Amino acid sequence: MIERNEAQLLEFKISRREFLGGTAGLAFAFSLGLGGVAATSPALAQAARQTLNAYVAIGPDGSIFIQFPGPEMGQGIMTGLPLIVAEELDADWSKVIVEQSPVGAPYHHPIFKAQYTVASITTLGYWTPLRIAGAQARRVLLDAAAAKWGVPVAELSNEPSMVVHAASGRKMSYGEIAGFATPPATVPAIDATKDLKPIDRYRLVGKDTQRVDVPAKTNGSARYGIDARVPGMVYATMVRAPVRGSGPASSNADAITKLPGVTDVITLDHGVAIVGDTFNAVRKARGQLKVTWRSGLPGESVNTDKDLETYLGDGRDPKRIGAEWKSKGDPAKALAGAAKLIAREYMNDHIYHGQMEPMNATAYVRGDGADVWVGTQAMTRTTNDIAKALGTTPDNVKVHQQLLGGGFGRRATVETSVDAALVSKAVGKPVKLILSREDDLWAGTFRPMTVQRIEVGLDANGNIAGWRHRVVGEPVGDFVYHPGYIKAAKNRDAIFMSGAELPYYEKVANWSAEHTMEPERTRVAAWRAIGSGYTKFAIESMIDELAHERKMDPLAFRLSLTNDVRARRVLEKVAAMSGWGKKRASSTALGLAFAEYGIFAPKVASLTAAVAEISVNQKTGVIRVHNYWVAAEAGLVINPVGFAAQIEGAVVHGLSAALKEVVTVRNGVVQQSNFHEYPILRMSEVPAIEVEVLRGVPPPSMVGELGVPATAPAVANAFFALTGKRLYHMPFTPQRVQAALKA
Amino acid sequence: MIKFVVNGREAFSEQPADTPLLWVIRDELGLTGTKFGCGMAQCGACTVHVNGQPARACVTPVSAVTGKKITTIEGLSPTGEHPLQKAWIAEQVPQCGYCQSGQIMQAAALLARNKKPTRQQIVQHMNGHLCRCGTYNRIVSAIERASREV
Repeated sequence: MIERNEAQLLEFKISRREFLGGTAGLAFAFSLGLGGVAATSPALAQAARQTLNAYVAIGPDGSIFIQFPGPEMGQGIMTGLPLIVAEELDADWSKVIVEQSPVGAPYHHPIFKAQYTVASITTLGYWTPLRIAGAQARRVLLDAAAAKWGVPVAELSNEPSMVVHAASGRKMSYGEIAGFATPPATVPAIDATKDLKPIDRYRLVGKDTQRVDVPAKTNGSARYGIDARVPGMVYATMVRAPVRGSGPASSNADAITKLPGVTDVITLDHGVAIVGDTFNAVRKARGQLKVTWRSGLPGESVNTDKDLETYLGDGRDPKRIGAEWKSKGDPAKALAGAAKLIAREYMNDHIYHGQMEPMNATAYVRGDGADVWVGTQAMTRTTNDIAKALGTTPDNVKVHQQLLGGGFGRRATVETSVDAALVSKAVGKPVKLILSREDDLWAGTFRPMTVQRIEVGLDANGNIAGWRHRVVGEPVGDFVYHPGYIKAAKNRDAIFMSGAELPYYEKVANWSAEHTMEPERTRVAAWRAIGSGYTKFAIESMIDELAHERKMDPLAFRLSLTNDVRARRVLEKVAAMSGWGKKRASSTALGLAFAEYGIFAPKVASLTAAVAEISVNQKTGVIRVHNYWVAAEAGLVINPVGFAAQIEGAVVHGLSAALKEVVTVRNGVVQQSNFHEYPILRMSEVPAIEVEVLRGVPPPSMVGELGVPATAPAVANAFFALTGKRLYHMPFTPQRVQAALKA
Repeated sequence: MIKFVVNGREAFSEQPADTPLLWVIRDELGLTGTKFGCGMAQCGACTVHVNGQPARACVTPVSAVTGKKITTIEGLSPTGEHPLQKAWIAEQVPQCGYCQSGQIMQAAALLARNKKPTRQQIVQHMNGHLCRCGTYNRIVSAIERASREV
């Protein structure tokens, strides 16, 4: 017989091993900050832990342990972030062992002041702190070698994992140094403006590096949240209220409790959890669970079809003044004085993340403390929200971060971990809570449905005089963060409005983007590329239409709107890649789109331009994307092969949303249940994708979401080039395509 | 008690006969490389081999594998060096990686009976597997690479 896998069980035994505890060799504590960094001793590091950071440890055998502070969800930061440390450390990459850092202030992202991985700014945020950490560690090694040899440190240099004294021909490995050196009482200060390695000396950053997480993902040994095993754990599944803010009024909990294998039914404020001996037992019982939900909530009136009509009306209503997002010049005056006005409306439906790993968390609550095993984009918030729910303090909650089976924004909120903790507390045992796919979708958090109205005023020469972009829809910030968030942000909902600005078409002198807010009734949230996933559809479709109006080639028109060298570079590159302007077969056509992405770091926004080649089956209305070319520039490139993979994946993700995905809501209830009702792009539907990763200057900027925004407009613009018809409602389902062809 | 063979070793389950094989493999036997994605054979994440044929463990009752030979991703190669696994690394296929056990098991069944599949045959054979990270093209490249090496 096969024994239960004890090694795996042991692996998940609750461990409170402190950071680097028990590791032989040197452990360095570093204080972080830009510019001159205060020297700190390990003792001081303990005394003032929240202001310190610790990324590097070296074993006497030469092993180099590098901590990475965020989640690995496929974006590759488990490799990319340690590469940055290793570069400054002059580490031999083959000796590096990466480790997931614990949750704690020393590992906070400098922008979010938390371990929070969203908006594609993990690498950007940690870029300087990690270089400082690596440089400090290297300097300590140099000082130790200098003292050992009795030579000035200035005479020393580095080779990979080696300190070299060229004058005497001596060399000493990092492992040897770790064998005799003790961490200094005072670690050297590093000035980020002059003590870091010049880029032309980089050996690792900028070159293709195989991702460290890939081998385990080919043999079944990679551990995701759903794979956590804790001795004595029981299983749970859960149904959450369909309507935002609702919860169970009554249920047949008594009958469910009597079912085989079921031990408890836990009724929470917002849902009902079934607990039992096996997941199969609770999964089966879920099929018989009947819950009556509290009524009287605004969300019960949500009907997406009807609401879209309301949004359209609100977008047209001149009396509805939206919340200004961003603007330039005087668009109202420019529109009033325009020789010609063009107004267009764009629509998109709610969409679901569809991350392959259903939401889950394993929690063990006892006394004042809790352990939770989960893959989350929000490590700090998981700690804080569980502490709040349990009435304890965050230091009593330990998050054991696991791999994420897809994030995409879905794992940026933490309700599943909180639920697992509440259920564990109720039953007094470790609990693994897994949502079924149906309950994951039913309780999903969605990229919001919107209507966008763009009004453009042209002057007598046909130039863009003024531009007004209204985005109509439910704000996202309050649901993702907390009630009152949007108000505190002065009604600037960054997740919702991302991408509605026109920073790179600087010839458009007068523009505004505003948010016409609809009442908050739905669970709307961040979905890969956030607002840019629909705002760029509207903007780039309109730009294409204006090019046609001017009888200009869409590429030439875009180039006429920008002098930005980076924007022109991606546009010209993708034009060359795709053979833009060359004659194609009559059955296909090309569409072009441009997009920047960088809502939290606009000065270093990443840029992309894309061309889609499509055909249309006139009978069935099915669009087929045959080829897709992308030129992308995101500053300094850390790992080109990882960058390209992220763009490829985001293109597939974006095309899936552009062509297929719809969540409909009737009377507050989500109508789709599983992938048969919520189809996503399959292998047979994916185009050949060619990505050109363009090298830029530091810092390394946003990559993970960059590939999404151009997808829908590139397809829609290709559709116009092919058929002379425009697509205004995303996704471009066969029915909508057929309707457009008849229009 | 239902007896069968997993990765070359005798195994048994004490779960009810209608329990999906997926949960027996994952929870009773502790082999967590096989993944739960949809529970209704829509995504392929739970794919294992039953007597060499790819099967969706989420809709296969454990009673249906009585006396049969199950291979999971952990048993595909004792050293993790199946040509597909090597090709998956060479092509840097996985992103989040959650679907990849199922993808590899499905692909292994193809190469076992067709050493040189065409691109069209690969796509047809693999089309039941979802990958939300969008690694499809790299999966095709990896299967083509492996097929050159088997």
